Amino acid sequence: MRRFLRPGHDPVRERLKRDLFQFNKTVEHGFPHQPSALGYSPFLRLMAIGTRSGAIKLYGAPGVEFMGLHEENNTVMQIHFIPDQCQLVTLLDDNSLHLWSLKQHSGASELREEYRFTLKGPPGSPPSATQITAVLPHSSREVLYLGTESGNIFVVELPSFRVLEDRTITSEAVLQRVPEDYCNRRSCELVEALREHPKNPDQILIGYSRGLIVLWDLQNNKVTHHFLGSQQLENLYWQRDGSKFISCHYDGSYTQWPVSGDNRQPEPLENLVPYGPFPCKAISKIYWQTTKNGLPYIIFQGGMPRASYGDRHSISVVHGSQQTAFDFTSRVIDFFIIFSSEPTAEFDDPSAMVVLAEEELVVIDLKSAGWPAVHPPYLASLHCSAITCSHHVSNIPLKLWERIIGAGSKQNIHYSNMPWPIDGGTNIAPDPPQRDLLLTGHEDGTVRFWDASGVCLHLLYKLSTVRVFLTDADPNDNMNTLGEDEWPPLRKVGTFDPYSDDPRLGIQKIYLCKYSGYLAVAGTAGQVLVMELNDEEAEHVVDHAEADLLQDQEGYRWKGHEKLKTRDGPVRFEAGFQPFVLVQCQPPAVVTSLALHSEWKLVAFGTSHGFGLFDHQQKRLVFVKCTLHPSDQLALEGPLSRVKSLKKSLRQSFRRIRRSRVSSRKRRGGSGNVQEANAKFDQDTLQEMELAPVQRKIEARSAEDSFTGFVRTLYFADTFLRDSSRHCPSLWAGTNGGTVYAFCLRVPPAERRMDEPVRAEQAKEIQLMHRAPVVGILVLDGRSTPLPEPLEVAHDLSKSPDMQGSHQLLVVSEEQFKVFTLPKVSSKLKLKLTALEGCRVRKATVANFGSCKTDDYSENDLAVLTNLGDIQIISLPFLKLQIRYPCIRKEDVSGIASCVFTKYGQGFYLISPSEFERFSLSTKWLVEPRCIVDVPEVTSNNHVHSKSGMENAARKSSPSYILAQQTIQLACTGASGSCQEHT
Amino acid sequence: MDRYKPGKFEDFYKLILHIHHIANLEVMIGYADVHGDLLPINNDDNFFKAVSSAHPLLRVFIQRQDEVDYSNFGTNTLSRKKKALVTLRNDNLRRRPHINISMPHDFRPVSSIIDVDILPETHRRVRLYRHGCEKPLGFYIRDGTSVRVTPHGLEKVPGIFISRMVPGGLAESTGLLAVNDEVLEVNGIEVAGKTLDQVTDMMIANSHNLIITVKPANQRNNIIRSSRMSGSSGQSTDSTASHHSLPTSHVLQNFHPDEMESDEEADIVIEGGLEPQHIPKLHSLTSSSLSRINGSSLSHRLQRDLVLNNNSGRESNGNIHKLLSSLKTDPRHSLVIPRGGIEEDGTVITL
Repeated sequence: MRRFLRPGHDPVRERLKRDLFQFNKTVEHGFPHQPSALGYSPFLRLMAIGTRSGAIKLYGAPGVEFMGLHEENNTVMQIHFIPDQCQLVTLLDDNSLHLWSLKQHSGASELREEYRFTLKGPPGSPPSATQITAVLPHSSREVLYLGTESGNIFVVELPSFRVLEDRTITSEAVLQRVPEDYCNRRSCELVEALREHPKNPDQILIGYSRGLIVLWDLQNNKVTHHFLGSQQLENLYWQRDGSKFISCHYDGSYTQWPVSGDNRQPEPLENLVPYGPFPCKAISKIYWQTTKNGLPYIIFQGGMPRASYGDRHSISVVHGSQQTAFDFTSRVIDFFIIFSSEPTAEFDDPSAMVVLAEEELVVIDLKSAGWPAVHPPYLASLHCSAITCSHHVSNIPLKLWERIIGAGSKQNIHYSNMPWPIDGGTNIAPDPPQRDLLLTGHEDGTVRFWDASGVCLHLLYKLSTVRVFLTDADPNDNMNTLGEDEWPPLRKVGTFDPYSDDPRLGIQKIYLCKYSGYLAVAGTAGQVLVMELNDEEAEHVVDHAEADLLQDQEGYRWKGHEKLKTRDGPVRFEAGFQPFVLVQCQPPAVVTSLALHSEWKLVAFGTSHGFGLFDHQQKRLVFVKCTLHPSDQLALEGPLSRVKSLKKSLRQSFRRIRRSRVSSRKRRGGSGNVQEANAKFDQDTLQEMELAPVQRKIEARSAEDSFTGFVRTLYFADTFLRDSSRHCPSLWAGTNGGTVYAFCLRVPPAERRMDEPVRAEQAKEIQLMHRAPVVGILVLDGRSTPLPEPLEVAHDLSKSPDMQGSHQLLVVSEEQFKVFTLPKVSSKLKLKLTALEGCRVRKATVANFGSCKTDDYSENDLAVLTNLGDIQIISLPFLKLQIRYPCIRKEDVSGIASCVFTKYGQGFYLISPSEFERFSLSTKWLVEPRCIVDVPEVTSNNHVHSKSGMENAARKSSPSYILAQQTIQLACTGASGSCQEHT
Repeated sequence: MDRYKPGKFEDFYKLILHIHHIANLEVMIGYADVHGDLLPINNDDNFFKAVSSAHPLLRVFIQRQDEVDYSNFGTNTLSRKKKALVTLRNDNLRRRPHINISMPHDFRPVSSIIDVDILPETHRRVRLYRHGCEKPLGFYIRDGTSVRVTPHGLEKVPGIFISRMVPGGLAESTGLLAVNDEVLEVNGIEVAGKTLDQVTDMMIANSHNLIITVKPANQRNNIIRSSRMSGSSGQSTDSTASHHSLPTSHVLQNFHPDEMESDEEADIVIEGGLEPQHIPKLHSLTSSSLSRINGSSLSHRLQRDLVLNNNSGRESNGNIHKLLSSLKTDPRHSLVIPRGGIEEDGTVITL
């Protein structure tokens, strides 16, 4: 009990803690996982993306982002912005409608759900009667037209979602004057499309799935025109002037229909199968865009010949004689065209096409010749190739930043230089405080450099290590080069490419020195590359060294993969980071830890067999150390022999899933017949448990456990290793078996650096009694401050470490934090984590926390992520738990594994293969979207409309205080209007 | 000396006194067993045991009788603090020195029931001593549901249960734990609300000194507290039970919260000043030579600091491991260092 009382309650410290620490999940970077719907408001110039988990995200100009989440977590099926309003309606797959609006609150806009609604049919009607298939927000902003599976169209009032029953358009009414023979053949099945007449808001075009299209007059409640289509309908689109419309069909054809006053049942003008004559797939969406020069753009999705190109995800753009079928890397969810939205403009003049595919967003510039793609400033597909590791570097010097951007710009020449076309809203967030880089390593052997300073995670530069190696894929084998008269004229667009040529290329560890521009990356097949930044393209030979980590221990046979074959002779590298040394670990097991010291020009690397130190100045291996325990068969033989344990763990995880399902069912049980239900569920769980008992073995860790030699962490430090009078460079390594090795290094002075060899000798070996894996090693100087990074002092960015007072060693294992004195290595204090709470350390990093109250106070603490997904902040050097926040679900193992902390108390983790969640533990360093969406000036005609809409709404919802509300609303609009004038 | 017929303890005792020219002193003789624990030699049986189990040399510790700290023997080598209760018992025993029945201290306890006087009778707090015992802890736990009495009547709550015992394991051999016992606490921390994996990690993290509070499935063997004989009665039964030099013995004692803090694990620090890449593979010290080194450096006092002299100066860490593993257990158990010695004196093993 005393343990819990001991920390005490120091009010000063408690107050300080409030000024230092604060947990926020601030923004999601990357591409939404499983997008399911797309919407666009030409009025707000905002785009909305809905996902299968019920999230809705709005994007405008870079930095303008909003996010909302439907409580139901159901798939978002459709998104429709209300014309000329800051409102949108979403349709979920449970047939519920949700009205969201952007409201200003304390100086910034926020997205909020206002109303929800589920359409209910008369009692006894089948569910299909009210299953919504098409939504049309009318330009009056007062009503929504809801087409259903039954063929009826319901009218609901906004924003109250009151059904106006007298205005329902029934299929019977529509069918009244349809010719007998047509009517018999096909009844009005589900409503496929609803389109308002572009010039006359009293007319709407209704398309039924079996092919019938009617023009409905809202004033007189009757059909004015019948268009008798013979093919199953997919979609409709009006020409801008309202004299024609175009319909697209299931058989891959599209048809133009004239709309004139005299002919009530016109024949089609033109019927075309663009990729005929062989059977084609459906055209699911079509645009008809007029231009000044007279030639329209016809843009349609699908329609490919079924047999030979049926598997392509294409959108074709036809403009006169130009035709391109853009071929996407994943299924197209939806797309829209950005065109002139001025109601007075005579032509559409499309400028860009925005395509939401399942795995990426592609924007095509339709104005420039050749229709190049536009580089998106956000929504980057992080998972173009699966992310295998990430590394964050804070506060990049401007020089390095510019050089990286320079290298990146040379890679982006094929992109259009059109400004980003989706530019609604205003970013009012302060400029990011510093330049931050997030580096992600990928399965295909690339490293991507992201600008992680602000809200938009933006790709700066992409580095590929593939060139160093010989792979099966022939670099000249380019799939995109199609002949001139190739038909259909397919063109691949997008960067998503999840198929790795060789999994051994995968990047496992990255270490960038921001001062020197040295970069070390290590991969799956034991390859360690050291690179240097070069602003020019260059051709040179990569030096090659081998490090035998087994040190001729006998009787071991590596059964894992082979090392990668290297390319002989000079290799041409593009501008950017260029490798100059390759160290190959033997056996070629995955590199599990990496450290680079740019001042001493040394790189250390570790695998499951041992670790080594390489002098990249002299290109000489300094030493290797085998950490293997002789009985550790698993590590010796490589990944193949793990099949058995994999099977076991799979079985266990299935059991776990089953168990968690049971418990979630229990949670949802509601409060109806609680007793009964609980009893039943308990019985179920009991039974289940008897069938598949999940049990865990309780056994002390011993030296014989497998993978004890696995090197988890490497650390360079200039400290007192041998005696307390002389400090020297040292290398520290921690293993899975709880062993810490310390090596004393002798690095020759700069003038003799090339002449004398770097020497190393083992100075210490510490075996932690509890034998838990060592995940972090850190040396604190005489002031208990962590030692600075290499070159940090040389660049005047850090105080030089205190070499007078005695240094301390902090060893972080999965179970404990332990501080030792140096050089004697006697235990000083410790914090047990697992023994007390049952959680284990997954990540621990030193972070600097500044006070939000006073500028001059900051302190270093440990930010720790546990296997339960909790984040704890632990003080240095006294190891006192400061605060704890739940952050990641404990079931989200990949999320926990992917977490990286920054030096200033922020962090990132993957919430899906393609999205990073950014969080902040600091009150001072907070990067979150803050933006305003103003209602732009609209034409006076429309303005009247909107006011009457508001009045209507107010009157119907709360007649008692209508006057007060009205005045407030008017005041609000006035304020925002003036605000806009200022800006 | 014949390994299988060492003779009488009396003779050995005299021999020792003679060799060391300390005939006029009362001394206590101890030895380091294969597990590295200090055990006493004070009768024919344990003398025989000591000689026969010597591996291959017998390391003998001689200490003045009045300086003997009984708590250094057996498990108590593991705990730093001498408890009042223990001292009391020592006094009792010293008054009748001639009865050579085994003292509880002559045996390394592997488990004990503790806190009998403060726990409800339906609960049992068991302490498992993993140190110095090559037996695995040897049990499994699982999820389950248990019934609790609450103000709203009986309620089913999730709980953690012992699901299986490994035959021959420590847990089974104690007889204090059984399948289907509900685990309530691990080292003083309630398991309620924790997942199976969390509890597993807690137990493993505490495995060197695991204290688990259980609600036994079989409630018939509970200790009846009304007899008010908590400590001593338990002890006497245990010492009779352990008459046959069984490695297993149970001790009833109280569990102080301090104790948990004091079970300080000492990490082993090895200093080496050698270049690892020039490892002389074949050169190594035999284990017997190590024992000789130890033997020669023994003094009257129990050595607190054990210094292995680096004879050749060319040993590598690989060899350290060989040496240590030649002592049959892993390094942390093999060196007889009173607990806390490393902590306090910063003991360093130099090779």
